[in-house]
Amino acid sequence: MNTNTNLVLACIDGSALTEAVCDYSAWIAQRVDAPLKLLHMIDHHHEAAAHLDLSGNIGLDSQQHLLDELTAAEQQLSKLRLQQGKQLLQTAKERVIQNGIAEPITNQRHGNLVEALIELEDSLRVLVIGMRGKVHENQPDKLGAKLESILRSLHKPVLVVNGAFKAPQRIMIAYDGSKAADKAIDMVATSPLYKGLTCHLVCVSKDDSERQQLLQAAANKLTAAGGIEVITEHLPGKPEQVLCDYQNQHAIDLTVMGAFSHNRLHDLVLGSFTAKMLLNTHKPLLLLR
Amino acid sequence: MLFLSKKQDWLGNIRGDVLAGLVVALALIPEAIAFSIIAGVDPKVGLYASFCIAVITAFIGGRPGMISAATGAMALLMVTLVKDHGLQYLLAATLLTGVFQIIAGYLKLGSLMSFVSRSVVTGFVNALAILIFMAQLPELINVTWHVYAMTAGGLAIIYLFPYLPGIGKTLPSPLVCIVVLTGIAMVLKLDIHTVGDMGQLPDTLPIFLWPEVPRTFETLQIVFPYSAALAVVGMLESLMTATIVDDLTDTASDKNRECKGQGIANIGAGLLGGMAGCAMIGQSIINIKSGGRGRLSTLCAGVFLLIMVVFLGEWLSKIPMAALVAVMIMVSIGTFSWVSIIKLKEHPLSTNVVMVSTVIVVVWTHNLAYGVFVGVLLASLFFANKISHFMVVESKLDEASNTRTYLVVGQVFFNSADKFTAAFDFKEAVEKVVIDLHRAHFWDISSVTALDKVVIKFRREGAEVELIGLNEASSTIVDRFGVHDKPEEIEKVLGGH
Repeated sequence: MNTNTNLVLACIDGSALTEAVCDYSAWIAQRVDAPLKLLHMIDHHHEAAAHLDLSGNIGLDSQQHLLDELTAAEQQLSKLRLQQGKQLLQTAKERVIQNGIAEPITNQRHGNLVEALIELEDSLRVLVIGMRGKVHENQPDKLGAKLESILRSLHKPVLVVNGAFKAPQRIMIAYDGSKAADKAIDMVATSPLYKGLTCHLVCVSKDDSERQQLLQAAANKLTAAGGIEVITEHLPGKPEQVLCDYQNQHAIDLTVMGAFSHNRLHDLVLGSFTAKMLLNTHKPLLLLR
Repeated sequence: MLFLSKKQDWLGNIRGDVLAGLVVALALIPEAIAFSIIAGVDPKVGLYASFCIAVITAFIGGRPGMISAATGAMALLMVTLVKDHGLQYLLAATLLTGVFQIIAGYLKLGSLMSFVSRSVVTGFVNALAILIFMAQLPELINVTWHVYAMTAGGLAIIYLFPYLPGIGKTLPSPLVCIVVLTGIAMVLKLDIHTVGDMGQLPDTLPIFLWPEVPRTFETLQIVFPYSAALAVVGMLESLMTATIVDDLTDTASDKNRECKGQGIANIGAGLLGGMAGCAMIGQSIINIKSGGRGRLSTLCAGVFLLIMVVFLGEWLSKIPMAALVAVMIMVSIGTFSWVSIIKLKEHPLSTNVVMVSTVIVVVWTHNLAYGVFVGVLLASLFFANKISHFMVVESKLDEASNTRTYLVVGQVFFNSADKFTAAFDFKEAVEKVVIDLHRAHFWDISSVTALDKVVIKFRREGAEVELIGLNEASSTIVDRFGVHDKPEEIEKVLGGH
């Protein structure tokens, strides 16, 4: 078996959520019996200059000297980051081994996380990532700097982790009758990840009769798949508010939903539902695209 | 696509970009004035051009952090046009230059840069440095000793000021040089040339002007050759500079977008009364050294330049030419690749010939395009000559059947075709000749013609000729190389080695 396909990929950056990312990815990898890969990116941010020299003159072979100087400075910095990254990966590896993963793969790469993930997309089964990385670590009202670009660029399931690990028992599927939602139902029905869990299928809308039918059909599909206990609920109100309240009332551990089905322009004008959910929820979100 | 840029390119390095932009603007002012004087136009033409080109390339250029403005390489090409036909024709030529560069950008001619070898690039920058230096000589001939003293003092300030502890690295030394020399000249009331003597300085913001030239075919005839040369030199220097900035910052640039950006910038410059320009090697290095990385640095350089020029115009006119000459000598020293002189001993002769020829042709013609053309041509010839050595013909005689078998190994093309023909012994009386080509590569029609000749000659001598492996040998004569770009295809074609 080629271990490099069908991966559960966990993005490690050393922020507060790293441990939770490790735990959740280990949980998924065990349930779906897929190899687990821990990825650490060294993003150099070449856009920013490291030091300032405003002397403004150029002399003998300035270009060469400048190149040597910049190279030396960056080499030191990169070595340090490599070292830190290795330690992070080592800690993460030990943690997932404790969680029962036999042979986690670790990978360290240079460059931009979004670009790296797009390259790795084909080998992905599911991506696990923290809701915010180091940049916004202490700003609970902000999403990670790259999260939206990642979610929009990838067409694989992404688990966005926002708190310490708790093995999911009750999951909620946000269902709106759209194609994306039906696709999400299909994925849930066929995946071994959800077997033995209680699944709350929640639809928030005004229009009753038609949605009710769709909801029932979706519920039947899930029940037919077997191993999932399905509870359906149809509620009125503002979706993100209602869904988050429901989460709290029924002690939901994990929310599953389609994500970013509209284009950027639509979301720019109306605001993205996915972004609102990400900001409001206190439980991890599994976004299916 | 042209206006698309990442947020990081603009806001990734705000402090560094603004400060570097300021340093660069201060260095751009004397350069723009000096290059206007080279071109034979008022300083304001170069200053408006520098503002306009810097601001436009900041938005649409393909290389964030690169500085484009009025340049010496371009100024040198305009001298005769300005002298013979005047400023308005220069503005028209600038517009046309922009059009050419945009077309080149859309035709993706930026990729042709791969033909410009390392030694041609070195020759280009060395020649440019020599030309910038030579352009300063008129200011240093037939002048009083004051000018020499001022110039030497200026250079001393430029290179020694940064070593002062504390303030050395916080103030641009070329600016210190200009301020100090201007102060000395004013206090001592020295009777020496100042910038004000060289022509009009800007007193207003640039205004939109359509060049006042007759819209006739004759105008086009006058302008066309200048525009073509300007477009080529502008793109060459811009793409070379982009590569230098790529290397320094370890990031990538979009070369074809840069061509289009330069084109639009030149059109903008032409419409606002500025001369054609391109990227500047020296200024871009200063920008990176000062901490500039993003598009903001280029924008700041342009905007600061205009603000300073418009509000300090009166002071600018008081700057002694000696200060300007000192700054330009610094630019010339900084642009020249001194290490290439030391490396002359290590590098192979052919490389040195290419580099030196490029320099000589440029200094001779004052046209960098000719130099690059000669350099590329020589480099290609040397390369063809080298490859032609990779061909050998072995032969053996089978006495029983009176058959001579030739085994051809290596590259057969226009340059090695004669060597190929000469390798056969036509005087030998044999009944049969076998030419085994399966380890040879025929690259062009010259080689096929040479083979035909060989076959005909043998047949005239009464021998039977058999060719083996011709199909494999000639599979390299394809022009559509796209088909052969896959590794397994390359292995199929070149597999004989």
